[in-house]
Amino acid sequence: MELIQLSPWDLSIAALLVLALAAISWRLHLGIEGRLLIATVRSVLQLMLIGLVLKALFAQSNPLLIGAVTLFMLSMAGYEVMARQQRRFKGLWGMGIGTLSMFISSFSITLLALHVVVQVEPWYTPQYLIPLLGMLLGNTMTGMAIALDNLTQQAWQRRGAIEAKLTLGWNWDNAIRDIRRDALRAGLIPIINAMGAAGVVSLPGMMTGQILAGSPPMDAAKYQIMILMLIAGGTGLGATFAVWLGSRRLFDKRERLRLDRLR
Amino acid sequence: MPSLHLYQFQSLGLDPIDLTVGPGECITLAGPSGCGKSLLLRAIADLDPHEGDAAIDGLRQSRIRGHEWRSRVGLLPAESHWWGDRVRDHLPGAEPPHLQDLGFGVDSLDWSIARLSSGEKQRLALIRLLAGQPGALLLDEPTANLDQKTGQWVEALIDTYRREKGAAVIWVSHDPEQRERVSDRAFLIEDRMLRCETWN
Repeated sequence: MELIQLSPWDLSIAALLVLALAAISWRLHLGIEGRLLIATVRSVLQLMLIGLVLKALFAQSNPLLIGAVTLFMLSMAGYEVMARQQRRFKGLWGMGIGTLSMFISSFSITLLALHVVVQVEPWYTPQYLIPLLGMLLGNTMTGMAIALDNLTQQAWQRRGAIEAKLTLGWNWDNAIRDIRRDALRAGLIPIINAMGAAGVVSLPGMMTGQILAGSPPMDAAKYQIMILMLIAGGTGLGATFAVWLGSRRLFDKRERLRLDRLR
Repeated sequence: MPSLHLYQFQSLGLDPIDLTVGPGECITLAGPSGCGKSLLLRAIADLDPHEGDAAIDGLRQSRIRGHEWRSRVGLLPAESHWWGDRVRDHLPGAEPPHLQDLGFGVDSLDWSIARLSSGEKQRLALIRLLAGQPGALLLDEPTANLDQKTGQWVEALIDTYRREKGAAVIWVSHDPEQRERVSDRAFLIEDRMLRCETWN
């Protein structure tokens, strides 16, 4: 089965749906029509652009170019994690904690998948590397943003209890332990839910794409299983690291709670 | 016997202070609200950044870790905070010391934190603090929410504790009569400095 090509005409039918939604939003005073249209235009431009970039990338398979694209993806994901924080860390830490955690989790897990699981030659073959990394970044990003946001918000709200423990001589690690645990749990819930619903409620994006492109459904299912597990591992690893790093940053050398490090 | 020393110790809003509180000695602090009394106590407990150094029982603050310092120098803030659901989640053992001294029975350990009155919270916060046996006490208006009877219990307990343990006490109080009653030395904060308070 060949993939049926989509014409601009086909896409504009889909775009009519978005326009209808914007009209409803305007009529009902929801106030989101502006944001909806901007997000739509952004997604169109970004996806066309990445289509062009990937086309060039696949044609050349230049390791340096591939490296640059992965770093760009990483920094965009790091920025997204930061932008979703209501009380983010000041300075470089604001973007640094999320970016570093995602670098460690997503990159290492993508490498593991390419080397050990898929065993593609060479390992940086962009047709495998870029989509895999993109899926890992996109999903761990969500978990990490929720976990970090939860950590800083809870530390802010429960500052009195944290300081009460400190005044009683608890060390910083014990004083923030329950908040850190809650934050990590909140960050892991989405991927656990996604795994639970996979195949029953939703056909995940990667599997859908492979089936549309003509792969046998069993092969598509196996790839999707691998991806879900990689995402779960990556989210767990990344969120654990980010929450640990973030909670450490909330205290200074003298183990004082330093909420002034948040904005 | 622990004594508490401040060396060129500077917290927000005050000039540097040199002060020694001897073992078992109680000094009181008073001054208009916003003059920096509470911030001084927080800084001595090393909860806020500050200049200068302090020592307890010959141990320099700068030489030991933050939590080691705070387990020796116990701060009782004006407002207490609680993290668990029940009183017993915050106190060690089946029968924490001093519970009876402040009018609580053992059944009070099962009380819900949400239902405590402000006076009960204040007394339980003192019991919670003393359970850790700190060598110095920094008390921020420990009887502010208490009636006369329970206030006297708290004064008696602090007095017994500092004599038996030889603890150095810094006590912030708005009540001149209380200051005269409990203090060995009394200080007022005026123009960013500590001055001796005298009773006429």
